Amino acid sequence: MAEIKFEEALKKLEKIVEDLEKGELTLDEALKKYQEGIELSRACSSRLESTRKKIEVLSKNRKGDFDLKPFEDGKDE
Amino acid sequence: MKNIPEDEEDFFTGRPEKGRKIFTVSEINRRIKELMEEGFPEVWVEGEVSGATRIATGTVFFNLKDASGLLKCVIFPQTARGIKFELKDGDKLICRGGVSVYERDGRYQLYVRSLEPKGLGSLQLALEQLKKKLEKEGLFASEHKRKIPYLPSRIGVVTSASGAAFKDILKVAAGRFSGVHVILYPVKVQGEGAAGEIASAVREFNAYNARARKNERIEVLIVGRGGGSIEDLWAFNEEPVARAVYDSEIPVISAVGHERDWTLCDLAADLRAPTPSAAAELVVPDKEDLRQKLSRLTASLQAGLKDFTRSSREDLDALAHRMQMSAAHYFEIGASRMDSAAKKLRLLNPKTMLEQFRRRVSELSGRASTAWTHLLQIKNEVLRSAAANLNGLSPLKVLSRGYSITFSAAGGVVRSARDVSAGENIRIKLHDGEITGQVTEVRGNGGD
Repeated sequence: MAEIKFEEALKKLEKIVEDLEKGELTLDEALKKYQEGIELSRACSSRLESTRKKIEVLSKNRKGDFDLKPFEDGKDE
Repeated sequence: MKNIPEDEEDFFTGRPEKGRKIFTVSEINRRIKELMEEGFPEVWVEGEVSGATRIATGTVFFNLKDASGLLKCVIFPQTARGIKFELKDGDKLICRGGVSVYERDGRYQLYVRSLEPKGLGSLQLALEQLKKKLEKEGLFASEHKRKIPYLPSRIGVVTSASGAAFKDILKVAAGRFSGVHVILYPVKVQGEGAAGEIASAVREFNAYNARARKNERIEVLIVGRGGGSIEDLWAFNEEPVARAVYDSEIPVISAVGHERDWTLCDLAADLRAPTPSAAAELVVPDKEDLRQKLSRLTASLQAGLKDFTRSSREDLDALAHRMQMSAAHYFEIGASRMDSAAKKLRLLNPKTMLEQFRRRVSELSGRASTAWTHLLQIKNEVLRSAAANLNGLSPLKVLSRGYSITFSAAGGVVRSARDVSAGENIRIKLHDGEITGQVTEVRGNGGD
């Protein structure tokens, strides 16, 4: 899922369903598409069910590199 | 004053005297009104608002005050409708209008034709000029607007860490979707230096992305702050912010909490949300909606394949049927062809051929022997007649008819009388033997 964005995956899945419904594929192609569709559906689903909430603060350190630190609620600027 | 008569007593007794002009209230009010309208047809007045009320007809009444005075003001509905902000106590305004008298109450007031918040006039003017300039440069062009990603894996936020905007964004995001990843770049959102900080934060996010691995990139930025007065939002109207937003590779949602006026940041952004919460709603879709959509799609996928295999099966059945039919057809054709081939083959069978040959040979040999016999007969005939002829020609045969052959002593055939001489021994061959003798006389036949 890191490689493919949720939106793209969902779009691909939609396209596959359309293709399948059109029924212009060969059986081989259809099975391949179906396989791909199922994988996309799983990937989307796992992205959906992911609960890794993360809130970070981006800043630049003295060396000019970027630092990502966890955000602490209530902390002043 | 000079032409008022000296006799004051008369004034107080109220008796009419020569030279006095007495007005009715309406008359004097009308006179004052005329003077006022003549004297102040159009003036600019600045002051602080107090006691603003809007009556049902849409007319707005308020007072303009300063440290030591008060001026009653009225705005008729037609003008009031064009004013984009609410009048609040303490607002500093510059009003343009004419002074006149409301005769019924004997009250003079400023009839406001237009107004602007004080202190913003010049800023507003500058803003309008800047807006035109940036528009001309294409900073707000719709062709430049990028698509806002749906459920981005990382959302960058440029706002104050302590402000309501960031809290709202987190609240909305968490409510819709648990696994969200938000990265804040804290900035000052108002006051001195705010614009510079906002612009630089937008650029820093882009710089971060340029260095980050592909799957760690920030996919969308929310730039904004919670609601406030137009002055509070002013940083978002500054050129560096508009330019940074325009230059951003990362799609930007501007969320400056001010529904009425679009800031330059709003105009330059790829999408404008009226509030930070609304911005969060735009990028973080509701998980339940997505889940439903996904399960719908997955069901369609399965149904699609089922349909596909069903129709494939039907196709296959049809094909199989056709195959059978055509196979049967071919069998028929094949069978008949085979029949004829078999017939041909039977004819070509070596045994049959041998028989035929044999038959032919025997036939031929029969014919040959017949012919041979026939030939032999003919030959025999020929032979016999030839033999007969030969017999006739044989000297022995001639001898049998009484002829004889005389041989000389030398052995040669005596053909002429001269071939022999008297005294010579001769042999006479007869058909059945020989006679030996001696020539006694030789006589020729006359002639020679």
